Amino acid sequence: MYVAAKGGEKAIRNAHALLAKRRRGNTNLPSITLDQIAQQLTLAVDRVMAEGSLYDVELAALAVKQARGDLIEAIFLIRAFRTTLPRFGYARALDTARMLVRRRVSATYKDLPGGQLLGPTFDYTHRLLDTSLGVADEAEGVADQTDQAGEAEAPVAMPRVTDLLGQEGLIEGAPADDGSEPFDITRAPVSFPVDRSTRLQTLARGDEGYLLALGYSTQRGYGRSHPFVGEIRFGDVEVMFEAPELGFEVSLGTVQVTECQSVNQFKGSATTPPQFTRGYGLVFGQCERKAMSMALVERALRWEELGEEPGAPAQDEEFVLSHSDNVQATGFVEHLKLPHYVDFQAELDLVRRMRAEQAAEMKEAAE
Amino acid sequence: MIEHPLLVAEGLSKNYGPRIGCRDVSLEVHPGEVLAVVGESGSGKSTLLGLLSTELAPSAGRVSYRLRDGRLADLAGLGAAEKRLLMRTDWGFVRQNPADGLRMAVSAGGNVGERLMAVGWRHYGNIRDEAIDWLAKVEIDADRVDDDPRAFSGGMRQRLQIARNLVTRPRLVFMDEPTGGLDVSVQARLLDLIRGLVAELGLAVVIVTHDLAVARLLSHRMVVMRHGRVIETGITDQVLDDPREPYTQLLVSSVLAA
Amino acid sequence: MNAQAAGGMPEITYNFAYLDEQTKRMIRRAILKAIAVPGYQVPFAAREMPMPYGWGTGGVQVTAAVLGPDDVLKVIDQGADDTTNAVAIRGFFEKTARVATTTSTQAATLIQTRHRVPETPLRENQILVYQVPIPEPLRFLEPRETETRQLHALAEYGLMHVKLYEDIARHGHIATTYAYPVEVAGRYVMDPSPIPKFDNPKLDDCPALQLFGAGREKRIYAIPPHTRVRSLDFEDHPFRVQRFAQSCALCAASGVYLDEVILDDKGGRMFVCSDTDYCNGRQEAGHRGEMAGEGA
Repeated sequence: MYVAAKGGEKAIRNAHALLAKRRRGNTNLPSITLDQIAQQLTLAVDRVMAEGSLYDVELAALAVKQARGDLIEAIFLIRAFRTTLPRFGYARALDTARMLVRRRVSATYKDLPGGQLLGPTFDYTHRLLDTSLGVADEAEGVADQTDQAGEAEAPVAMPRVTDLLGQEGLIEGAPADDGSEPFDITRAPVSFPVDRSTRLQTLARGDEGYLLALGYSTQRGYGRSHPFVGEIRFGDVEVMFEAPELGFEVSLGTVQVTECQSVNQFKGSATTPPQFTRGYGLVFGQCERKAMSMALVERALRWEELGEEPGAPAQDEEFVLSHSDNVQATGFVEHLKLPHYVDFQAELDLVRRMRAEQAAEMKEAAE
Repeated sequence: MIEHPLLVAEGLSKNYGPRIGCRDVSLEVHPGEVLAVVGESGSGKSTLLGLLSTELAPSAGRVSYRLRDGRLADLAGLGAAEKRLLMRTDWGFVRQNPADGLRMAVSAGGNVGERLMAVGWRHYGNIRDEAIDWLAKVEIDADRVDDDPRAFSGGMRQRLQIARNLVTRPRLVFMDEPTGGLDVSVQARLLDLIRGLVAELGLAVVIVTHDLAVARLLSHRMVVMRHGRVIETGITDQVLDDPREPYTQLLVSSVLAA
Repeated sequence: MNAQAAGGMPEITYNFAYLDEQTKRMIRRAILKAIAVPGYQVPFAAREMPMPYGWGTGGVQVTAAVLGPDDVLKVIDQGADDTTNAVAIRGFFEKTARVATTTSTQAATLIQTRHRVPETPLRENQILVYQVPIPEPLRFLEPRETETRQLHALAEYGLMHVKLYEDIARHGHIATTYAYPVEVAGRYVMDPSPIPKFDNPKLDDCPALQLFGAGREKRIYAIPPHTRVRSLDFEDHPFRVQRFAQSCALCAASGVYLDEVILDDKGGRMFVCSDTDYCNGRQEAGHRGEMAGEGA
């Protein structure tokens, strides 16, 4: 006698138990703490905050731990939590000109007010595996080095390169904050074509790898925009909030963000003189690769407004923005492993029928 | 010529930023009339075609069309639904590159039948018969009806595109260099075919071409464009045999010399 | 949702049926609009849910928005109550809403489904919630939302028939077997979600309210009770459902949708009801198929 497969419930329970066990690994080793993750896997935590679009170091560290280091899974955990949070209002636009800068480089000027500040960067390291990190506790040695690096100096504010260009009118102006509420892609359905705030939000929480590939494609000629990195800055910015019942601004604290402004080839018209244009990237935490990619893609998406030729993948707003979210993408790709046997049965039936029909026709023809 | 024009353009201009695509063009197309728009590349003739067919919005001026009820309507004032209905029944648009005017992954029959289905045909057999009829009119064998245009030669694709456009018996067809990119012998056959169909169906056509021989063969009247402006207009034979403008003279003589 | 300090990490608790009331109201507004314009895809601000996109986030949000404490919930996937995804979603609502659940189509007031319509006819005061992966029936003919929106607005559905025409030209008949497009109330063409076309006739004039939720694509649409739902076809190639030559090996039912189960690697196979509740009911009533044991 046949009994259809049952026991989905038990199977799921067992899978969860096994997952928990695998996540913990060898219990003879101490469990990794959230502090350790937040302090030592900073860039993983930053990426989870950026693409999870929730600035909370502790929760992001927890998500990284719970996800066994799978960052897209961690981002997903953060998103599912974030979505339940009530919305009290919208902060004022961040003033990144007042950022307390920890790193700042410009590729367009050799020197500039505030100077170039390398900060904590992989840029000039030799990518040689450092076996000394394999030792259990390397803390003291590193402490000596940081002293020499002089991070003791307090971060300071410095003017933005694009503002310096703007004083001469050489670059298009940054759109002013008119105080209106921005479109919120987590609270309203996006409909194409989109406005600037929608475009920037979608890119800001978009997948780093996806934006990297698209940004890269613009450099290789698919929607070329002749970019210069006007400036990348990373540091602390104060978040200001004006509660209607208070009538004045209060500071909610500071967040760390990376901002990239690209300076791109100019446009002009019969009435306006030629100007550089800009691409904009802003990401929570230190996520330079993402901020730069975002600036490139953001600029590419503005082809229509700037009167450029369309046709490159990175310029296709509906394509780029509809596929940038890795939580959506991973869900829909991975859902293919869910059972589809009802639909498959229908296809199976049809293929058999069509084969039978063809066989009958061929037999008829042969006779 | 009937006295009521089918299509009327008044003071059409189009700017692309500081660049001028087309400036202050006025013209009329009458029912059953073939109007050729000639000029070198960059003269604004494709922009003009885009404006007349409402694919481009003018910076100034307007285009009006005589609807089947006899009313001359400003096309900018038509609703989206009316405009699209017009485009898929009363108008046709034959593109230079057939891939832009055909569904390349859909069979020849499906390509021709699409407009019929769009206007409500719901009988597979009738749609298919009508499609085969039209394939015959453009000299494509009935046994190619289930092949998709990817398997067709350039000339066949262009003929298929014509069938797809004419199946709803439109009154006005726009053609953008329909013979461009084809071999000379294929061009000649296609021009013959177009001439025959236009006469048989009494179509009004606006055809854009850089080839004066095409204009001579197909059109009744022509306009010559340069730098976005119409510089000469008249009966085709007159313009070609006795051009008044120095630029037109140059165009004509360079063709004759070649 | 509330966070309060309890030792190290804050404790996190959730609202009834997970979503906050504001969000539920927003979804209910979208549902009301969807009911008012049958078959029209209403954009809604889909939230991120604690299950992956593609697993039924749209259906779960619709269910969460209309679920009340007195509802009796049934969840099926591929027609079965015990498939893993059905179990997971049922468990989600047991945990977050503490509602009664059932596997009985009769007893349920709200049924969330993926890929099937139950065999037992639905009745008034029941709601059937479909999980929808791609709500746009024109998507595979025209990928752009800006364009498909126009086509719906102008009821330009010629393209849909081109697809069916191509099927017949190539295969001799319409080769779409699931997610077969329907016209709702004589106006909008709608994707019935990937149910086999076998189930399409059940959508027509159904006494229950049918709601469709697509989370990733952020769309909700609906078929109000007793609405005309017509599967697209040609006059000379009318819509037909597939018929199984076999009857269910367990309950001997015929005229129902069957799953094919492979028994061995020598071509042995059997066909059983895809709707497990229906099959169990028939077996309990004494119906016996050829492979059902005696008095099992």
